[in-house]
Amino acid sequence: MKGNEMTPEMTPGEVGQESTPVVSLRHVRKVFPGAGGPREALRDVTFDVARGEFACVVGPSGAGKTTLLRTLAGLAQPTSGEALFEGAPLRSVPPGIGVVFQDYGRSLYPWLTVARNVELPLRVRGVQRTERAQRVAAVLASVGLPDAGRSYPWQLSGGMQQRVAIARSLAYRPDLLLMDEPFASVDAQTRFELEDLILRVRQEFGITVVFVTHDIDEAVYLADRVIAISKSPGVVTEIVDITLPRPRDQITTKADPAFAHYREHLLGLVMNR
Amino acid sequence: MSSSYLSEGRPPGAGYLSGLRLAGRAATRVWLFVVLFLVWWFWSAGSKSLYFPPLSSILKSLWTQWVTGPARAELSSSLEHLLVGYVIAGVLGIGIGALLWSLRYLREATSPYLYFLYVLPAPVLVPAALTLFGIGFTMKVVLIAFAALWPTLLNTLDGMRGVDQVKLDTARVLGVSPVGTVFRVVLPAAAPQIVAGLRNSLQVAIILMVVSEWEASTDGIGYYIVNAQQSFDYVGMWSGIIVLAIIGTVANVLFVAAENRVLHWHYGARAVEGARR
Repeated sequence: MKGNEMTPEMTPGEVGQESTPVVSLRHVRKVFPGAGGPREALRDVTFDVARGEFACVVGPSGAGKTTLLRTLAGLAQPTSGEALFEGAPLRSVPPGIGVVFQDYGRSLYPWLTVARNVELPLRVRGVQRTERAQRVAAVLASVGLPDAGRSYPWQLSGGMQQRVAIARSLAYRPDLLLMDEPFASVDAQTRFELEDLILRVRQEFGITVVFVTHDIDEAVYLADRVIAISKSPGVVTEIVDITLPRPRDQITTKADPAFAHYREHLLGLVMNR
Repeated sequence: MSSSYLSEGRPPGAGYLSGLRLAGRAATRVWLFVVLFLVWWFWSAGSKSLYFPPLSSILKSLWTQWVTGPARAELSSSLEHLLVGYVIAGVLGIGIGALLWSLRYLREATSPYLYFLYVLPAPVLVPAALTLFGIGFTMKVVLIAFAALWPTLLNTLDGMRGVDQVKLDTARVLGVSPVGTVFRVVLPAAAPQIVAGLRNSLQVAIILMVVSEWEASTDGIGYYIVNAQQSFDYVGMWSGIIVLAIIGTVANVLFVAAENRVLHWHYGARAVEGARR
């Protein structure tokens, strides 16, 4: 696997530091029992994600992307094969994982204010009150919502709600951030803002990210590596290193001829041509 | 309401206008009551009928019997039964509902019987309760609690089963313990439906409060009404009925006030959702 082949423009200072991948999937297969017979969502998925890496998983609808992410989070167990987090098998959700779900409206708790939502993971970890308040304020500031703490999530726009969800996932400083099509329900303008936000936050927190999307442009723009999976059953068709320079920029990066090249290549893979 | 969300940009003086509108809204609600009251008052004013006494004497009896007089004891005894029975029903309803939600096998085994008991009209249990618990406080409280239990229990169970999987997944990912998830996620998420159950239970509890006092009882509003009717004191009977209506209204007002406090987030979110649609 390509765990340690990180090129210098990826995350500064991360190259070659860590030999154990943050996550690895080994021949993961997932079959769901269904009314019309068993359905194979994933077949033989194998890849590693190295510390500090930004990996994007792309695939068409029905490629088992969400199943893959739930397996990486420890929310679902593979039918066969193995999922490892920091070298240990994933039997349940480890404390060092953060997940941002696609539907912030379903994931944020509407009975809690923004600050209380973000505070929840700290509260259950027994963090003291004053430190909780400081960390909530800091993480809300780093997602660009310094004044939203007293609001309720449903009083905010969709993009702002997803920022809250990101803040909540970062508040307890996980090693790995999993994102399941997190920007699929916001408008294009907001989406670009959130993409840049996640690149900045990833730098700031030095966090490993696995980002699931069906949008190839988004994957190429964000990733160090793109893992392309095919439609049902999901198998890894190719892993593509993205060597576009960082920091990336919505206009110049996307105008880079290499961007168009990656895009074309991945589109061919995903569309199975 | 969404209007409060848009209210920031309102011109000065808008508050005065909305005050007027509020008064108008109150008037639209009150006018019918005033009309009916006046119709009853004047229609019954000269009545010599034993069964249809003048409203003025009913109101007088309301004061002399229920506010300053001996019927106050009936009032407090009934309210005590209601309060104790209802609180037991609410606590047990939510508790058992949550327990059944978490224990799938128990739930599947018991669910047919739960609905069987739920559809049973509770007043028919009065004779059974009398033989089991005798007459007095225990029998009445048990009857009220038993009848009022089901709406809360079934709504709690239903509400908890309907909690979005994403909310539960989120709790696991955030590191919330299973017990913590019940209190921090499942209960609040199911709260709108639990509250609907509690409101339903309150109505049932009030009905059973009266019904439990009809037979083999020597106190309470229900006893007072039946006793007044049987001793041809129709003024007293009517005053008792009015007292019941007032109890129901006050209980409902208190309930709605509590509900608006507990579920303010729910109504807020729903109003925003409606406005966006």
